[in-house]
Amino acid sequence: MGLVLTTLTGNYAVSYAVKLSRVKVVSAYPITPQTTIVEKIAQLIEDGEMDAEMIRVESEHSALAAAYGAASAGVRAFTATSSHGLLYMHEMLWWVAGSRIPLVMAVATRTIGPPWNIWTDHSDLMDQRDTGWLIAMAENNQEVLDETIKMFKITEDPRVYLPGIVGLDAFILTHTSEPVDIPTQEVVDQFLPDRRQPYVFKAGDPLIMGNIPKDLELNMRMREDIDKAMERAKKVIDEVDFEWGKLTGRRYGGLTECYRCEDAKHFIIGMGAWVGDMREAVDKLRSKYGVKVGLIKIRYVRPFPREDLIKWLSNASSAVVFDRSFSPGSGGHLFLETVAHASVAGVRTPIKNCLAGIAGVDVTYEDIVDVVLKSISEVEEVGTFKEFIEWYYRGGR
Amino acid sequence: MKGWYAVVDEIILPLSRPTVGVAGRTGTWRVNRPVFNSEKCIKCRLCWLYCPDNVIDVNEANPSNFITIDYNYCKGCGVCVDVCPTKALTLVPER
Repeated sequence: MGLVLTTLTGNYAVSYAVKLSRVKVVSAYPITPQTTIVEKIAQLIEDGEMDAEMIRVESEHSALAAAYGAASAGVRAFTATSSHGLLYMHEMLWWVAGSRIPLVMAVATRTIGPPWNIWTDHSDLMDQRDTGWLIAMAENNQEVLDETIKMFKITEDPRVYLPGIVGLDAFILTHTSEPVDIPTQEVVDQFLPDRRQPYVFKAGDPLIMGNIPKDLELNMRMREDIDKAMERAKKVIDEVDFEWGKLTGRRYGGLTECYRCEDAKHFIIGMGAWVGDMREAVDKLRSKYGVKVGLIKIRYVRPFPREDLIKWLSNASSAVVFDRSFSPGSGGHLFLETVAHASVAGVRTPIKNCLAGIAGVDVTYEDIVDVVLKSISEVEEVGTFKEFIEWYYRGGR
Repeated sequence: MKGWYAVVDEIILPLSRPTVGVAGRTGTWRVNRPVFNSEKCIKCRLCWLYCPDNVIDVNEANPSNFITIDYNYCKGCGVCVDVCPTKALTLVPER
């Protein structure tokens, strides 16, 4: 179909997605490695290529507050941040979700200090799990662009009406150029309907958001409503993926993608840029070692792909969940949720947690091959794992 | 709109209209009460302008009692007392 590819960093892929989505207000505060997203948007506005207001603010808390205000007043709004900036913004995430205002944010996932560290892990992103935002994580720059455009449609669907995050790994995606297809404005216009939201704040028609509740059970129901919307979002994410696939030829799967899973007995589970290395690892494990390994790529952390994981894991021999973030005193975030949902569904498959790549430590497909080979041989010998949570360092390799 | 909340597309939202007393009788929170002395008032309207809860009314037609404070909702924050240039407002402990 004569596809013209452009080389784009992950950050610029976000910028073009925001432009194509006809976002009207962008508000942000600079932080490495997010900064070039909004720098590019500022340039597109300045050059007259994008019709939007750029609000420069004094902090990330204000960045989301301003975008939230604009979105409440009826326009498509966007912000982007990372690491410490995201943590500073954290309170406002609850306000946007609790107000049921659709809004899209890009998070360049980055380690949290101390010490100061700009490299990728998923601690900042995973710290937002309980806020009520949809959370997607991209594997490559094309997915970054596609998922950002799709996120506007998903968040503005009346069955959802929640804000959403698109995560991309610091530097591995944000500052690395890859060939990306930038869809035409006509394709995006055809895909994205006019903005929808549950209510609009208008001048001369004052409303109050968040007044003191007179009935705490109703207040509790509001939180339950967010949970129900998350459940409904699963179907919406599938539909939107299908529709985008029809227009562009790119389908990713809904909440997960399963790579070489059909005959797989052992599974690798992970999310983000290193899923690319996991694909390599799966190919290597199959071609060189002859083990039937499949990869479950988690595309959405919220809503969590409970059903998909249960389906793939119920007849598996073993699984290793790779986590780039964890809760000290408990375990890796993806691991904990995977085993909880698998366990209540009666899945007896031994599932192990590999904590790796934390604080930006480089992990290659060879590391993943090593970890998986060791865990498979342990399960085949003992029937289970001696240790369910392993801190992986390359060490003497 | 149903008082303090609203239901839109079957979603319960903490959305309401700004009406008198939408958050309940917040005057019960008051520890100190602003008291108005009409004789010192120079009708500058600063108290009316600064009141964060909009509980001060200006009585244009009644110069002898220029402002009225709605004690049902005044939380006694003391901002009006602070901005009054002539001490026409003073803060008195509630009993």
